[in-house]
Formats: sequence, structure tokens, C-alpha cells
Amino acid sequence: MTQTVTKKLMLFFPKCECEKPIIYHLVKDHNLIVNVYRAKVTPEEEGYLILDVTGTEGDIEAGMEFVNTFNVTINYTGKGVTWDADECTHCGHCITHCPTGALHIANEATREVAYDESKCIECLACTRVCPFGVCASAF
Amino acid sequence: MKTYQQINDRIESGKAVVLTADEIMDYVDKKGLAAAAEEVDVVTTATFGPMCSSGCFLNFGHSKPKIRMSEAWIQDVLVYTGIAAVDVYLGATQLRHNDPANMDHPGEFRYGGGHVMEDLIAGKALQLFALSYGTDCYPLREIRTYFTIDDLNQAIMLNPRNCYQNYNVAVNDSDRTIYTYMGILEPNRKNANYCSAGQLSPLLNDPYYETIGVGTRVWIAGAHGHVYAEGTQHAGGDARTPDGIPKGGAGTLALTADMKQMRREFVRGASFRGYGVSLALGVGVPIPILSEQVLKRTCVRNRDILAPVVDYSEQYPQNTGKVLCLVNYEQLRSGEIEIEGKKIAVGSLSSYHKALEIAHLLADEIRRGDFRLAEPIQYLPKDTTMKPLLVREKPQ
Repeated sequence: MTQTVTKKLMLFFPKCECEKPIIYHLVKDHNLIVNVYRAKVTPEEEGYLILDVTGTEGDIEAGMEFVNTFNVTINYTGKGVTWDADECTHCGHCITHCPTGALHIANEATREVAYDESKCIECLACTRVCPFGVCASAF
Repeated sequence: MKTYQQINDRIESGKAVVLTADEIMDYVDKKGLAAAAEEVDVVTTATFGPMCSSGCFLNFGHSKPKIRMSEAWIQDVLVYTGIAAVDVYLGATQLRHNDPANMDHPGEFRYGGGHVMEDLIAGKALQLFALSYGTDCYPLREIRTYFTIDDLNQAIMLNPRNCYQNYNVAVNDSDRTIYTYMGILEPNRKNANYCSAGQLSPLLNDPYYETIGVGTRVWIAGAHGHVYAEGTQHAGGDARTPDGIPKGGAGTLALTADMKQMRREFVRGASFRGYGVSLALGVGVPIPILSEQVLKRTCVRNRDILAPVVDYSEQYPQNTGKVLCLVNYEQLRSGEIEIEGKKIAVGSLSSYHKALEIAHLLADEIRRGDFRLAEPIQYLPKDTTMKPLLVREKPQ
């Protein structure tokens, strides 16, 4: 059995591509399992989508080739939420609000806060609670 | 026993032994109190947290023609002008003009006085807009200009209250989310927030104010400033543990320093959703080890410091004084406390990480001979309590 992998992606849909059922074809034609974290269509009719795609490396590659036939931008870092390490004061206010432990105390002795991007589910709680604007959403 | 002079002489000769309040306990355990008191000259303490009672006096110098500012805004944030012609006081919690505040609850409060102070220290160009009624000696009626901190004659931080000795742990007993200066509190005690550097906090290492007083030289965001008075709401007479650790807020310090010497990473504007704006400031306070007793006090550990847990949905706003229970900082730092059988996740508003960094920076400055200690010219009161504001229907 071919091994499957999961990749987190952020897709940007310009106005001309916003109404096309691209994700449907990723599932139906490329055997990919998708898990959408967050999606938004702006008043300018541009779209943002953060999702996990799970499948074989070959299926994911073919799926991305399909996406590339549209005018859609694929961001493979999948960073819908950013945490600015240089700006963080490490107060720890965010810790109890982060449901998955993506934001956590990395060093008990120094109380250093760290961000594990792979655990982030894009709930945006941190963007609302951080007093210093350290956590931000790309859209 | 050592004197301030002897300690400063050792600092000058580059031989001073300096440890942080985070390191001193293990050192004393290893060496013994008497030997350590002989050897150690200074223990550095620090804190980094939001403190609304912050602000600064700025002097702009005079324009041509001159103006006596009667109303003024920096970056659209109102400053107080009820002083001399081109002096203003900028307060940390002042909102930006037209901020909708909590009209769309919970308000975001993205920018205010604290952020102006941060931007000023960062060296950014800021807009000044001022109005005046005009006088014979100050004829200009309106001015709009841009300035940086280098253009100012003086930029003096003046914080009437900082370094709270101890502080509440906030919880929410109601069934709705509440937005407070202690952060966002989820319903039914889902989370708790505290705000203290605990065993590293200045006044917890000198609980009876034996070395920290008016005139004490302190490190404020990288500048060398001093304590200019007891802080507002200073209540040295609060109840204490047998070791002298107050079980409530107790002591506070009024601090001042030159903002031109400050570093931006230790002066941060803060936005508390649904509450307002504030300023988080880094402060380091050196404790001269004058005696074994003074050293012993600096060995306080998180497990020895008790903080009152208070409900911020009803008891705090209604000023009932009710305390749910006391918890220690070791429990708080574990990330979870248990109250009445319920486990509560704990977060902090005060940065121990930054405080530790400051304690080490100050220790390094003292070791290099760049920071001398100053003996207080007046000690802080140990017997005062905080008075409430009484609502009277007529003068008495």
C-alpha cells in the first residue's frame, strides 16, 4: 500500500477563480482527503482557503498540477496564522486560550513561549487575546 | 554587615558578586546564609508586565511664533496640556481620538497612549497637532508638525505606580466571557490569569522595604532611573504570611527615568480586548546585600508566595473584597490550579521570560561597573492601608 502524507496549504483565489469548484476536483479526480480549517471570500470577491490535503505524494503532486492550471496561488507553508517570535513578550496570556497547545511554554525555567505551527487549527483565538498583536491572520 | 559605600566600591573595582533573585536560593542553600551574605554584594530582581499607571512628560521647545498649547494630540492620542506652554503629559491608557472603545463590544483598542510611548522610544516620526486660544506672548493658535524623540528637549517617563508587590489571580464566576485588565476570562472559571514575576519580583524580595525606598536607583527599560515616591495605592500594611510576604497587592513604587535612554523592547504598548490600552514596562531593581537578613529575604521561592484568587465578574467590580482562596506561584506556574474541586487553566500577563532577561542585564551592568546603587533618602511606609472612595450625598 502506498504511504499517504498530509500537507497544509494556503490557497489564494483571485476574483476570476473564486466560483470554480476546484476543491471538489481535488477530492473526486485526485483521490485527496481535504480538511478545511478556514475559508474566506472578501468583499473584493477574492478567496482564501487553509486546508490539509492527505494522499500519496503522487496524488498530491497531480492535484497541485491541476490547481496550477488555474490562476490560484499555492502557499505550501500553510501559514494562515503567524506568530512573530521577535515581538512576543512571552507573557503566556495566549497559552490557556490556544486549544491545541500550538502556543506553549517551551522552557519551564525561563517561561519562554513557542509556537508549533503544525498544531495550529486556525481558530484565531490568539489573535484576539494577545495584548501585543504578536499573532496575526494572513486574511 | 556591609554598607552601600562598600558595595559600590566593590562594583567600582569590578569585583562585585552579583546574582539574580532566580539564582540566589540555590546559591544560599549551597554556601549557607552567613558565608553567602559575606560573599554576595547584590541580588537583582525584575518585572515586566502591564501597568496602566504609566505616562511621560514631554517638552517640545518653542515654535516660531510661539504657542501655548491648550489642547494637543500625538498620533491622535490626547495629551494633557494643563501645564506650561509646550509641556504635555501623555498617559498610557489614553485612547486614540475616535476609537469606538466598547461601543462595538468587545472593543479592540488597537492604539493608544502606551503605543505612542513605544513608538517614541522606537525613534519613529510622530505627529503633533495642537490648538490654542492665543495670547499676547503665545500668539499661534494651531500647529501640526512631525517629531521624533531626538527633537524633544525632555522625554521623562513618570509612572505613579509600578512593581506591585503582589497581585490578584483573576477568574470569572459568571456564565459569560468577560474582558478585563487581567485579560479575557472565560465563563465558569475556565481559566485564571495572574500578573507577577513571583520570586523574581522586586518588592517580594524586599517585603519590608528595607533597601528599596525613595531614591533607590532602578533600571527602567534600559535607562537608569529611580524611585521618586511611594507608588499610588501603596498599602504596606496589607496582611502578611509569617515570613512577611503580603497576601494582597501591598507595596508599589513610583518610578521615573529618561526615555531617551530606553530600549523599545522593554516598553510595549498593550491592547486588552474589551478593556483598553496600557503599557508593559520592564523594570529591574538591585537589592544590596547589607546583611544576612536582607539576603534571607531574597531567597523567597514561588511556593512561599500566596496570591488571592478573585472573581472579576462580580466581586472585583462591586468592590466586595471577597477572596475565593489563596494559591502560590508554584501552583500558578504549573499551568493549572484547583479550586473547589475544579481544575482551572492558568495564564499570565506578566512575562517571567523578560523579567529574567532584565535581571541578567542589570546583573551584567553592575558587574561591569556601569550601574551603582543608591541608598534610599526615605523609606516606604509599612503600615498604610488603601482607602475606598466614599460616595457622599453632601459634604461632611
